[in-house]
Amino acid sequence: MPSANGKLKVGMYWAASCGGCDISLLEIGPRLLELLQIAEVVFWPCAADFKYANVVGYPDAFIDLCFFNGGVRNSEQEEVARLLRKKSKSLIAYGACASGGGIPALANLKSRDAIFDAAYHHNPSTQNPEGTEPQPLVETPLGELEIPEFYPAVLRLRDVVPVDYELPGCPPQADRVWEAVQAVAGGAVPLRNAGLKVGCTDKTVCDECSREKKQAKIARFKRHHQVRPEPGWCLLEQGLLCMGPATRGGCGALCLKADMPCEGCYGPPPSAEDQATSMMGALGALLDATTEERARELVAEIPDPVGGFARFSLASGYLKVAK
Amino acid sequence: MTSPHAKTSDGYRRISIDPITRLEGHGKIDIFLDGDGNVAECFFQVPELRGFEKFCEGRPVEEMPRLTPRICGVCPEAHMMAAAKACDAVYGAELPLTARLLRELQYNIFYVTDHTTNFYALAAPDFVMGPTSDPATRNLIGVIGKVGLEIGREVIKCRAWGHEAAAIFGGKPVNPANAIPGGMSKGLSAQERDRLEEICRFMQEFATFTLKLFHDVVLANPEYVELILKGPYYHETYSMGLVDEKNRVNFYDGKVRVVDPKGKEFCTYQPREYAQHVAERVEPWTYLKFPYLKAVGWKGFVDGVDSGVYRATPQSRLNVADGMNSPRAQEAYEEYFETLTGDRSGKTPVHHTLAIHWARVIELLNAAERGLELVRHPAITDPQAFRVLCDKTPGEGVGIVEAPRGTLTHHYVTDERGVLQKANLIVGTTNNHAAICMSIKRAAQGLIRKGVEVTEGVLNMIEMAFRAYDPCFGCATHSLPGRMPLRVRVRDLDGAILAERTRG
Repeated sequence: MPSANGKLKVGMYWAASCGGCDISLLEIGPRLLELLQIAEVVFWPCAADFKYANVVGYPDAFIDLCFFNGGVRNSEQEEVARLLRKKSKSLIAYGACASGGGIPALANLKSRDAIFDAAYHHNPSTQNPEGTEPQPLVETPLGELEIPEFYPAVLRLRDVVPVDYELPGCPPQADRVWEAVQAVAGGAVPLRNAGLKVGCTDKTVCDECSREKKQAKIARFKRHHQVRPEPGWCLLEQGLLCMGPATRGGCGALCLKADMPCEGCYGPPPSAEDQATSMMGALGALLDATTEERARELVAEIPDPVGGFARFSLASGYLKVAK
Repeated sequence: MTSPHAKTSDGYRRISIDPITRLEGHGKIDIFLDGDGNVAECFFQVPELRGFEKFCEGRPVEEMPRLTPRICGVCPEAHMMAAAKACDAVYGAELPLTARLLRELQYNIFYVTDHTTNFYALAAPDFVMGPTSDPATRNLIGVIGKVGLEIGREVIKCRAWGHEAAAIFGGKPVNPANAIPGGMSKGLSAQERDRLEEICRFMQEFATFTLKLFHDVVLANPEYVELILKGPYYHETYSMGLVDEKNRVNFYDGKVRVVDPKGKEFCTYQPREYAQHVAERVEPWTYLKFPYLKAVGWKGFVDGVDSGVYRATPQSRLNVADGMNSPRAQEAYEEYFETLTGDRSGKTPVHHTLAIHWARVIELLNAAERGLELVRHPAITDPQAFRVLCDKTPGEGVGIVEAPRGTLTHHYVTDERGVLQKANLIVGTTNNHAAICMSIKRAAQGLIRKGVEVTEGVLNMIEMAFRAYDPCFGCATHSLPGRMPLRVRVRDLDGAILAERTRG
């Protein structure tokens, strides 16, 4: 499998993302030096000086492992996704955005007109009396200037090109990244696959959480800035909206260690296609309500069910928003 | 990607740098050369956007310290802290001493980690390997190969320990979850504090070493000193940064101070007053806006006292401050100004863009020293005072911190349930957007002239003009235009426009 110099050729790209995935790859720490013994970087805009023209010049399937983070928000990102698919043996959707849309996919809830207005017109610091708006094509006396075309919604990488593996998490936790890299680089799994999830478990965050479940029912929902949670006790049972039961394991329930609820960044558990539905199912069993009316009252206390239940999965779940 | 179909006018030639590299986020540079081979014009374009301001509407405001770190996973703590401070203001929460100490401690440790990443992984390759060295090795791996594995291990250790510290505070090492309205989600145990002190002690030594390395590699090399002082990397602009009550640099809290290109105080303001002082301009050829000083006005991409263009960088923070809040960094501050302006007091501002790297390493030392001081504060482990509950009616609030890449402003308006109705964010790199465009153009004009062969090395030296800012276009592209205006043109065979339709 390795190339002529015996080293694996590795690429990393960012699309509609924040750079946290790039940082999480550095996060493998001292093992980074180990990785560099067996691999060389051939594309990584964040950290190395290879340009698009270099990648275009590579033979097909030149890159052994290509990590792609971020969702697909515009035409340039789709173009690069197609280019990297062609140039890579194994394409890995790295992180919550590439695999499920992630937080930027919350934008799928808003119309483009409204977003446009907030950014360029009705904004406390923007001075734009001429009503100028960015244009995909601007003509100057010297030539045309282009910026990419925006898509109506954030797409997952697999909506655009076939993906071999998906590594969830915002960002993926470093130990899981290392395990996944070892598995693919070491040949324990084939380079080509059908979007298999790696770097995560088959259980939920609840299964990894050390907080005690007292089998208490939720009598009312609370918000974390208004309550001091009891240490060591399940936050959901205390009425804090914790996505643990509807989230795939792998992170080690890290947020819970800071007394903060899980926000669901590893996506739906293996048993569920849709994270929001999965959470509604979990809550159904936990509410302290014997009538439908009481259950409705309780759920109405949740200020933002969509942003809470589907924070990372709006590009992938059933809650596709009509544009 | 630059399309090969983009039309270049007759008599001009286009050179594209796409994508720009060794930074956070997306960008490209289009340079237009005239018939003689001189630079006629140069555009720096930001081709990526996401849309946080709009899609955060409808979210509970206490979630903003968790949502906005995903604007930038390189500096998540900056957004977390600015968001938490804006939430404090929304709820009128007065933070106890311990909560404030904890936030500032976490923030200074984060600064060490972040500035370390920038210096070794993004900036150092240009100096350690050389500006025109082989691009295949002009990166962190090349740097480690050259300075040795021992130093490489220390760099990795500094980052690893920095992220361990982030996890002690916030559970996750990247995108920690712990700054909340009213304080922090958890306090520090004695054992956690001890470990953090060990981390801070190491960071102080590491930062001291890094400053020495900067002297050895950059300042001891006459070619680099010449490049910094006389190269095409110079702009006299206004400077912006946060200062404490003694006008010293503070990353976490204080008032914003602006000085003019000569160093005279232009204005100071509290976070809630930001919109009286800063305005943003929209240009049609890029998605990113251009902030400027409202009282001076937008005069185009020009420097000087009559142009509202300002910079908010490590250098700007040193320019606006009267000094540093820790002894070793103060010493380094005086040496920096003595060398660059001949005035140790720091009253004369520095405008050499490449010297921003030097200012950043001084801040690295300051953050480490300040962290060590804070972790030893007797109130840091108070088991109760790490937070207050927010019980007042929420409304409107602004929070400002110094992100590593510039002054970061979060402004929220909520309804009476604390659900976000409106958000406005002016992020670190965006402050520097106009200055970055100007710096790239000046570097291009200085480096590309008639008869000069435009090599990869020359193009990299143009990229060095923006790299000094440590830009984060992930941060900058938080806003997103919705319905994209679309222009369709029909041309005849000679390129003349026959018809044009616009949807906007």
